[in-house]
Formats: sequence, C-alpha cells, structure tokens
Amino acid sequence: MTDHKVPPTKKHRSGPAGHSVDTAAQKMLNIAAEEGFEVAYDRYAGMQPQCAFGQLGICCTNCAMGPCRIDPFGDGAQTGICGATADMIVARNLAKRSAVGSAAHSDHGRDIVHVLLAVSRDAAQGYSIKGEAKLRKLAKEWAIPVEGRTINEIAGEVAEAALGEFGRQEGRLRFVSRAPEKVRKRWERMGVVPRGVDREIVGTMHSTHMGVSNEAMHLMMCCVRVALADGWGGSMIATELSDILFGEPKPVVSSANLGVLRESHVNVLVHGHEPALADALVAASQLPDVQAACEEVGAEGLQLAGICCTANEILMRCGIPIAGNFLHQELSVLTGAVDMMVVDIQCVMPALASLASRFHTKLVSTSPKARFEGFEHIEFEEARALDSARDILMAGIRNFARRDPAKVYIPSEKSPLIAGFTTEGVFDHLGGRYRPSYRPLNNAMIDGRLRGVVGVVGCNTVRMAQDEGHLGLVHELLRHDVLIVQTGCSAIACGKAGLLTPEAVDLYAGRGLKEVCDAVGIPPALHMGSCVDNSRILTACIEICREGGLGDDFADLPVAGAAPEWMSEKAIAIGFYVVASGVYTVIGDPLPVLGSKAVTEYLTEGMEKDFGGKFAFEKDPVKAARLIIDHLDRKRAALKLAPMIYEPRPAETQGKVWEEMRQAVAVGAK
Amino acid sequence: MKAKGRSIYVELERCMACRGCEIACALEHSESKDLFAAVREEPQPVSRVSLECVDGTAIPLQCRHCEDAPCVTVCPTQALHRIGEGQPVLIDDERCIGCKMCIMVCPFGVITLREGGKVALKCDLCLHRIEADEMPACVAACPTGALQFPTIEEITRLKREAAARSMKEAATASKEQR
Repeated sequence: MTDHKVPPTKKHRSGPAGHSVDTAAQKMLNIAAEEGFEVAYDRYAGMQPQCAFGQLGICCTNCAMGPCRIDPFGDGAQTGICGATADMIVARNLAKRSAVGSAAHSDHGRDIVHVLLAVSRDAAQGYSIKGEAKLRKLAKEWAIPVEGRTINEIAGEVAEAALGEFGRQEGRLRFVSRAPEKVRKRWERMGVVPRGVDREIVGTMHSTHMGVSNEAMHLMMCCVRVALADGWGGSMIATELSDILFGEPKPVVSSANLGVLRESHVNVLVHGHEPALADALVAASQLPDVQAACEEVGAEGLQLAGICCTANEILMRCGIPIAGNFLHQELSVLTGAVDMMVVDIQCVMPALASLASRFHTKLVSTSPKARFEGFEHIEFEEARALDSARDILMAGIRNFARRDPAKVYIPSEKSPLIAGFTTEGVFDHLGGRYRPSYRPLNNAMIDGRLRGVVGVVGCNTVRMAQDEGHLGLVHELLRHDVLIVQTGCSAIACGKAGLLTPEAVDLYAGRGLKEVCDAVGIPPALHMGSCVDNSRILTACIEICREGGLGDDFADLPVAGAAPEWMSEKAIAIGFYVVASGVYTVIGDPLPVLGSKAVTEYLTEGMEKDFGGKFAFEKDPVKAARLIIDHLDRKRAALKLAPMIYEPRPAETQGKVWEEMRQAVAVGAK
Repeated sequence: MKAKGRSIYVELERCMACRGCEIACALEHSESKDLFAAVREEPQPVSRVSLECVDGTAIPLQCRHCEDAPCVTVCPTQALHRIGEGQPVLIDDERCIGCKMCIMVCPFGVITLREGGKVALKCDLCLHRIEADEMPACVAACPTGALQFPTIEEITRLKREAAARSMKEAATASKEQR
C-alpha cells in the first residue's frame, strides 16, 4: 500500500503579520508568500508537530544501543537501556549543549587571539593595534611587563598568555580573579572554578559519554563549569582582545533594518559572528580601486551592512549599519538587492543557498570551520587580510551586473540608533569626562530613580513572532524605570524598533529612568555589542559592586538577565554562566529539561541557594517582565534601598508605534 | 468531517516508531493540552494508542471501533455505547463499574484500566476534533503519514488501484517471458 500517500498534516500558522512584529519583515514575508519563496517559518510549519521527547530532553542518542526515550507520562519505559533515568538523560543532554555553546564562543575567542598574535609579529596585513590603552591595562592585570617594551612586544606576550588560557590544565582562568570574592567563593565551594577553556569543554564532553557521569547534579555542575569557562574565559577573551585589536567601541550613530540597503549601490552583507574579516572588509571598502570598480559596473558606491553579530562588531567600531537580526537573513536575500552575502561562523542558515539561487545573490563562506553546500568558498587569510577582503568585495561588485532590477524591492524601514557602549565607556557617560565613575548609576538605583539594570540579550526564534519577546519585555521594563543593556540579536531588535535612541526615553521610559538618561544623554537601552560581549555585562556588574552601596555580590544587585527568543546552544552556555555568576535570568522557551522534575526544579529553584541566581522560563513578555520587576523589588528590599520615587509609566502612554506592534502580534496570534 | 464511514488506517512501512502518536493522544486527553504543563499533571495523562513491536516492526494500535463491537455487547451497564450507527465506540465513565468484561472480549487488547482501576479507558477517535473538522490527534501528529484517517471508499479505491497495477505488471512480465 505504499501508493496510498497522504501528506502529513501541516498546521500553517497565520499570515506574515503573525511571524514578526517588524513591518519590514512583514512586507518581505508577504512577498515570499505571494511568490512562493520558502522561508524558515514555512519549514517550521512543515515540521509540526515537533518531537515531544526532544522538547522535553528525554531522548538519548549517546550510544548505538539507543536511541532511548523515556515515557514522560509514566506509562512506558522509565529508563534507557543502560538504566539511565529521565533525570540523567536530561542532565547529560544539557551538559553536552552547554559545552557546545561554550566551545562556539571560545573558539571564536581563540581566533581573535591568533589575529593579535599575528599582528604582534607583523604577520597580519592591514591590522594594527587600535586599543593600546586597553592592551596596557590588560597587560598590567596579567602582570605582563610594559616598561620599555614596544606595543608589539606587549601584544605578543598578552596574546600568548591568552592562548595559554585555552590549554591551561590546572589552577584557574585568569579572569576568574575579576569576579567578586563572594561569587568566587561560591564557585570554589561548589567545585566549579573553571581551569582552562579547552579543559572544561573536553572534560564535560567526556562526562556525557555513555556510562561516565550518571548523576544529574554532577552533570549540572558540568553545565556550570563549562559555561563559566565561556563567560569568564573564551567570551571575555574575545571581547577584551577584540577591543585591543579593533579598538574600544565608542558611542556611534548608525541605522538598522532592511532599508539600509541601497538600490543604487553594490550591497554587500556580512553575516555570522567574527570581527576579523568584517573589519578588513570595512578597510577594503574604503580603497580607491574598490570605489572605482563600483563605478565601472554602474553603481554609485558600495554599501556594506550586516546581519547578526558580525554586524554588531563593525557597527560598534565603525558605524556600519545593520540590515537585520537572525530571522532577517533570508528576508534580506528576498529584497533582490543583496549582491553578496559574506558569512563566517554561527547562526548561518544553510537554506540561504536554495533561496539565493532564485536571485542573483552570491553567497561566500570564508571560515575554514564552516562550509555550506551551494556557497562559494573564498577562504579568508589574515596574513593577507586586506587583499583577501578586497578580492571578496570585488567578487561582489562584479555580481552587481547580474542583479535583476525587476526583482528588487527594498522596504523603507530604517531606524536610527546609537551603539558602542562598553563597561569602560559607560564611565564617561555616567560621570562625565572629568568625573568618570559608576557613582551616578549606583546612586540612581539607591535613590529609587532606577529600579535596576537588566541585560536583555539573545537570538530570534520562529517559535514566536520575531522580536515580539525582546520588544515586549523591553517596553514593559522601560516603563518600570529599568535601564536595559543589550547584545546580539536582541540589541538589533531594539535598534530596528528605535529603542536605542535618546528619543526613545520620552516615548517609553518611566520618569526616574528618563531623569537618569536625560542627565547623562544616553538611550534607555544600551547596545553593548555582540553575543561574546555578554562578558561586558559581567564586567559592568563587577564595576557596580566595586562602586559600592549595592552589595559586594552579583546576587545582591538589583539586576537580572533575559533571553526572550533564545534558540542556540550558545544561549544555553550564556544562561548558565550568568545564572552561576549570581544573576536571576528569565528565558522564553524552556530549556529542554521539563522531562526531568529534578533538573527542572534545580534550575528554577535549587540553583539559587548554590549560586545566587536561578532560571525562570516564561514566554509571555509581559509576564516575564513581571517576574523580573518582582525580582528587582525583592533585591531592593533586601538592600533596604529607598522606595521607587515615581509610579511606573502607564502602558497606554508608550506611543502609537508600540500599540500598533502589539496589535499586529495579537492578530498574528489568532 | 464526519466520523461515519472513516477509519484509522495504518501504513506500516511509513511508521518510524517515534511514539509521536502516543504522546499526542495523551496530550489531547490531558487537562492543559500543553506539553510543558501536561508532564506535571496529576493524574498523568494517558495515551489510548500504543506502539506495539513485532520482530522489529512497529505497529501503532488503537481501538478499531468495530461495527459489531463485542465490548458494547458484553457491557452490563451500557457504559460502552455508540451514539449512532457508524459512530465511534465511546465509554461513559459514570456508568462504568470496572468489571473488565470489555477488556476480556476485546480482540485487540486496546481497552485498558484507568489509574486506580475503577474505570475502563479506550480511544474515543477524538470525536470532538473530528466535529471541529480536525484529524484525530494521533493522525495529526504522525510526522510521516503512517497514521491516516481516510474514508472506507478511499481505502478500497487505492487498494483496488494497487491490486490492478500489480496484476498488470504480472501480466506484462509473463508476456515478456513468453
């Protein structure tokens, strides 16, 4: 009876309005629907229903006797073939994912170290050390002599020391010393002080092998330790050394959304996460022969823009505009105006190949670590970085001739934004140039002007309308006088929505937050960089503790974290290092752990006793905001801080744009 | 869509043994109908379909809703009943005394006892879904289309077509041999 083919039932969600709160995305999705272009949302619909065992974390494929699945309703098998229970399987799977996330950030960090090392040996073309002050500061922190040495000598030794952090086998990572004493003591007590970056990743991967660690709580400690090696290791190294190499970000004005593409220009998009190539592309784009080549093919010039965190890196340092976040990658190709997309690593959808084949867009992979079927591979060589970047740009410029003007549609959406805030830079803003200090920030919290500071970070996911989680949460927190710090695709979401501007203060912020932002001249949501730059949020918390008056432990501070639309394994590692550093963190979709009562209870309750922070899973942005506000208020009460000076701003005064977005989401949800 | 004249149809070659039908059934009959909430429900939701395994072949099994159902015949309290001709066999929990006679006579072993053992439990063909023009939960959840809910006419037509095709192929093959 194989002839009797009935296709699986497809539950199609509502139209494009339900897929994104971004009107540019809605326009592109309408085009996709009309013209029959398949995008992630269509594949998501075709994937329904998704496997419950996977969602609950109770499927184990670790050995070839399996796969084993635990019956979540208690009727069928309650252990795998080896005898592993739901608790063990869930914990093992989670530890693996935490290790993969940590590996992704850390391997990115390692590449930055290699570039710095090459620069110090004059073996990398086109780069220089742009963050000398930061280099000297880090050398001092790591007790590397600076007197009477050239900048390259210092850089070389710092880079070698940083490389050593990856292979370190004993002791602890250097940046662990940055953590407040109470935080460090907790890690020591729990036995999770990260030794070396690679050491923790290998150790955790080993523990998850068939028949190694089979105690859920031990595996939870693996999740934590390997994640701490990311946040206080790989990611922090990536941030610090990127600042040394490419310069410390300074507040910079730019713009975000698909409207940054220009019909008259050759449009080259960068997509992925590493700054090295993108930085060289920015330099190469300013070469006279590149400009001449553009004119030769009939374009007015070259427009460089980006998707995801590669974009964030060059936005912060060079003001290069943002084309969009994760779920904009396919939509950008649909504009028909992208002549080339240059990708490096992470979060790149292989689906781009088939979509781009219906347009003229040339897809180029550049990292030795990541190849994609249907992409052209032009490997980026740091030794000839500038030439390499020029070659890539020229290929894009040549492709301009293949653009079909009839297929071009660029939505007009483009929001201004300010990016480039750092832990160190915030000093200048908060205290002014003559009195740089965290004092005004701490005082604002102590006096009851600011309720607290919340990091809203993370990805996009097709499991909810694009940006709905980020914007819903941020709007709600702003009206409750919460200062927002951001990275990654969440920062881009808020950038597209106009929240990264001082003007957003009048539209959305509570009165206390407005007073702080107006006095300092900052947006109510601060763009602090890419997803490895979540380490900046850790270092900012260190400064808040150091300034005093709010406790000497992250767990005491009126702060919280959130990743409303998380989807990647990197987000799991980030979640763990933030929580294990003492920060309450609310994420949208639950971690894949609900198949184990013990693990779920540990993450959402028990962790607080051991680490000062815990997870909460809440997809509804308004409810998530409530959880966070209640948490901040509890911390404020424990610190005996003054009551909040002002009532929260009424939701209905947050302006027409947000109201329209909310309605679009409501329509989409039906 | 009407339940009458349709039947759950299993295309065994397509079954991947994912147990999606079991989960979907339990979920459909849970309090919350939400996976993440249902795993914490008390009493725990129970599936009415079960994946049997015979020599490595997975076979999803649920009530066949027999037209001349022995369970209906044997039930002393008329708890097992039909709401009309060709309609699914349903169970009235209020009337069921848990005598287990239905379990004894069911040729497929697809009637079980609820936790606590007082009331029998069986597939209701997701009648409420069918009335809302939706496929039964197990069918809707099947990722490969191994579980289907066609009309009897569709089943027999496709079977006849397949039989005719194989007869034609046999005839052609024997002609070529000659």
